[in-house]
Amino acid sequence: MLSYKGYAKSRLEALGIKDYDRVKVVKDNAVFEGLLVPRPKLLDDKHVILKLDNGYNVGIKIDNKTTIEVLSRGKPPIKPRKLEKKATSEERISIVFTGGTIASKVDYETGAVRPYESPEELESLIPELKEISDIEYYTAMSIFSEDMTPADWIKIAEIAAKLINSGSKGVIIGHGTDTMHYTAAALSFMLRNQTAPVVLVGAQRSIDRGSSDAVLNLIASAIVAAKSDIAETVVVMHATPEDEYCHVIRGVRARKMHTSRRDAFLSVNDKPIAIVTKKKIKYLTNDYNKRRDGKISLDTRLEPKVGLIYSWPSIEPKVIDAYINMGYKGLVIAGTGLGHIPNRIIPKVEEAVSSGVAIVIASQCIFGRVNMKVYSTGRRLLAAGAIPAYDMHPETALVKLMYVLGHTTDLDEIRRLMAQNMVGEIRECTSMEVYPPGGVRDEL
Amino acid sequence: MNYEGLGLTVGIEIHQRLNTRKLFCRCPSILRRDKPQYTVKRRLRVSMSELGEIDPAAEFENLRNRIFVYQGYYDTTCEVEIDESPPLDMNTEALRVAIQVALMLNMSVVDEIHTMRKVVIDGSNTTGFQRTALVAVGNENSVIKTKWGDVRISTLCLEEESAYIVESTPGMAVYKIDRLGIPLIEIATAPDIHHPEQCRDVAFKLGRLLRATGKVQRGIGTIRQDINISIKGGARQEIKGVQELSLLPLIIKREIERQLNLLKIRDELNRRLNVGEFDTYYTDVTDIFKDSKSKIVSRSLKRGLKAYCIPTPGFKGILSWELQPGRRFGTEIADIVRTVGVKGIIHSDELPGYGISNDDVRLVEERVGVPRDEGAFILIFMKEEKADSVFKLVRERLEYAFKGIPSETRQALPDGNTKYMRPIPGAARMYPETDIPPISIESLVEEISNVKFEYPEDIIGKIIEFGLNRELAEQIFDNGQHHIFFKIVKETGAKPTLVGSTLVQTMKYLSREGLNVENISDKHLVEIFKAVSEGIIGKEAVPNLLVTVAENPKVNIRRYAEQLKITEGELENIIRRIIRENYEKISQMEFKKAFNTLMGLVMKEVRGRIDGKVVHDYVHSTLKELYTS
Repeated sequence: MLSYKGYAKSRLEALGIKDYDRVKVVKDNAVFEGLLVPRPKLLDDKHVILKLDNGYNVGIKIDNKTTIEVLSRGKPPIKPRKLEKKATSEERISIVFTGGTIASKVDYETGAVRPYESPEELESLIPELKEISDIEYYTAMSIFSEDMTPADWIKIAEIAAKLINSGSKGVIIGHGTDTMHYTAAALSFMLRNQTAPVVLVGAQRSIDRGSSDAVLNLIASAIVAAKSDIAETVVVMHATPEDEYCHVIRGVRARKMHTSRRDAFLSVNDKPIAIVTKKKIKYLTNDYNKRRDGKISLDTRLEPKVGLIYSWPSIEPKVIDAYINMGYKGLVIAGTGLGHIPNRIIPKVEEAVSSGVAIVIASQCIFGRVNMKVYSTGRRLLAAGAIPAYDMHPETALVKLMYVLGHTTDLDEIRRLMAQNMVGEIRECTSMEVYPPGGVRDEL
Repeated sequence: MNYEGLGLTVGIEIHQRLNTRKLFCRCPSILRRDKPQYTVKRRLRVSMSELGEIDPAAEFENLRNRIFVYQGYYDTTCEVEIDESPPLDMNTEALRVAIQVALMLNMSVVDEIHTMRKVVIDGSNTTGFQRTALVAVGNENSVIKTKWGDVRISTLCLEEESAYIVESTPGMAVYKIDRLGIPLIEIATAPDIHHPEQCRDVAFKLGRLLRATGKVQRGIGTIRQDINISIKGGARQEIKGVQELSLLPLIIKREIERQLNLLKIRDELNRRLNVGEFDTYYTDVTDIFKDSKSKIVSRSLKRGLKAYCIPTPGFKGILSWELQPGRRFGTEIADIVRTVGVKGIIHSDELPGYGISNDDVRLVEERVGVPRDEGAFILIFMKEEKADSVFKLVRERLEYAFKGIPSETRQALPDGNTKYMRPIPGAARMYPETDIPPISIESLVEEISNVKFEYPEDIIGKIIEFGLNRELAEQIFDNGQHHIFFKIVKETGAKPTLVGSTLVQTMKYLSREGLNVENISDKHLVEIFKAVSEGIIGKEAVPNLLVTVAENPKVNIRRYAEQLKITEGELENIIRRIIRENYEKISQMEFKKAFNTLMGLVMKEVRGRIDGKVVHDYVHSTLKELYTS
């Protein structure tokens, strides 16, 4: 297999060279000897990359004055396998993979990152997992979370329900962090009568790094899945930049609030349910659904044609027309402040509502409740038929609207269902404790 | 010593800090002395396949339980150092310096820089790896010429400095992240060095070349030398952290001594026993010492440690064999066990001693079946759960003594000796740093190639042209003061020799006297010399001004200098006053003596405040008046 293209490809192919062959490149008076390493597609076709014997990779530009010579042939790369393994006992939890990096490692000889060949590799890196529970492994899909769609949420929900209904004590879903909160919210609504924990977990630092947050996150997730009585869909991620404990955040309250920090996920407008160390759980509230007997019933009716947009100072009414014309059934607008949009747009909202499109108003502030009764703009919006998002943040409002629209298109019914607390996404009052983020330190 | 006959082979690696911003973020490359503003506790986890070859399972467990504490500063360290953000693009200024040095050394610069991750598990990098990139490789033209022969340069790399270790125990390590991320240029030579002085010479020449760029940091710790050394029949040792290059020849000579002694030990051991005959075990001898009067023993037992004995047949007199001045074979064993948290060892060659009596020694010998006065043993006080792994380390070292010299990474000590740090590592675990895309540098190399480089000799030559002697010129260059020297001479017109001697000698003297010379900025220096060249003050006032600025950096130099200055009228009054105050004494003296005495007293008060010649003339004429009247 040769990953090179264009000019480099023609030079290498002429000598029958493949990736990982040992080659010698002589350019001017410099001699480079090492393994030919695959070249990423986005780079040009004028350079070859060699891994020298001292371990370094270097890029050498080749032209007709450069000589290339094969020294010896390399080994063909290992074919990646799907990570699946049954548990050895009935008392088990399940780990479902949906994307690559939580189960991959580095091959130092070639420098390539390759997927784990078996769950044993993961368990030998994190032996704590086996100590917590017997584990079965599945791979549902292998995609970046930014590429996930509602169809993927449904697939994941189906697997989670099946596993719990067949006796798994709890399901852990390894997920990219970008859209983990969308999936978490979707599962919260779709898994009706949830009887056991479903835990979404990710890594801000890939597991091939020594500093990976995945280690604590996975251990904490296993404790929640195996030993907690939290029968909810939750997100488990670092609570602080330290490697001491994670937060268990209700799926409908979770939001990724920092691009890169370990403690990126916050609980919006509600406390986390618990904190988890490598050894134990400390509950922060009693207000959550507890484990029970019975079966999860799955309700995967979702309307995917729902949009989420920001309002902004120069927004034009035509923006809303675009969604109506695309046949969208609903639109969540992240307005400003208490849930406002420019007054000049309100007539368009009224138009949309009367043509059957549900318009929900959330807030760009993320924290705090939407209240459109305080100012005239908000009151006009309500009169135009807009539905408030209460204390849901914009992304959860989006997912809930998709779920509600999957069940009815009657605007009064939609309004009623959006106002009703189904899985903890709406609270009547907001405590002073929940803002600013990190303002109240957890006591271990 | 016949170094060639010994087969002395040395390669050197220089690590030099740059004075640019950090390599993968834009924080300043400064070390802070004030109290850190926050700390973050972390863990590292690395799969067993990435760990040492000796006992990966034990290393895995140790790492699993180890806590790393990182101390940071909100204003001069950012999310990148604490691994809460991906790295920013590689610092272009640092890259330029690396390319420039490579070209000055006639090396072959690569066309595309690929940043790598080198796995590091001691916590000195928050990410669990060090980011490093190879910038250039050596070719037939990249050699350092010395009078002992040519030394080839192998590689030049640009990499991150590690975090600064505050303290380290097996259970925890504390680091400061202000140092983490400072750019380092690493230059490695081939093992072409065959004489201790040659090593110093190569290090000196490389250091000078780096300084000629004007982009390197100065001061203790900003340049470190590591050497790889072996002799015929010996084994390669990696000696890390030689801070003073003047120490290099001594380190090498002492290491040769150590290796020759270890070879002698090997021969002696093999004369006494076959290695197959050497056998040892460890046994609990706590009961023998439970009533011991020895303070060291009773303290250890009180802490819950147990006493273990490791018999070492054949090692009598070997344990106390001196390898380097002040260090014995027993010291090596002690240092090895210290790396796993044991305080040290006591061996039979030092007994009776430490409050342990001959009777105790007899009891131990009996217990382990060692012949009286013939055998040998090692005593270690440690926790029971450690005993097995500690014994394994000791036994391994004892067995190796029969074979020869183990390959080790050793720490350079300030007295020229070295001490054990860890077994020499295998090939570094490196893989691509995918957060940083490869950097095409051909146009950068082209651009830098067209610049005329200033080599150390060029700069030193320029300084000499100003009338300074070679020694002073070299000192200015080696101090990194050539920029400020040229600046002062150009902008103030002050006498170059005065500027030179002030920068080199006066500043050094004042610094030794405890003055805060860091408070004296380039701007201050220019102002001071301006005042001199404009005649506001005499050159004798310069030290006074330096002291004043160092103690009060905000002082208005010009005003202070002017106020220092005295007029001829004021001078006359001073002279007359001093004559009055000392009339009795002076009137008794003959003219010449009186003149000298008076000059001394007057100059004490007016030195630097008015031209010495003027003082001379006034004192002379005033005194003459007196004598003639």
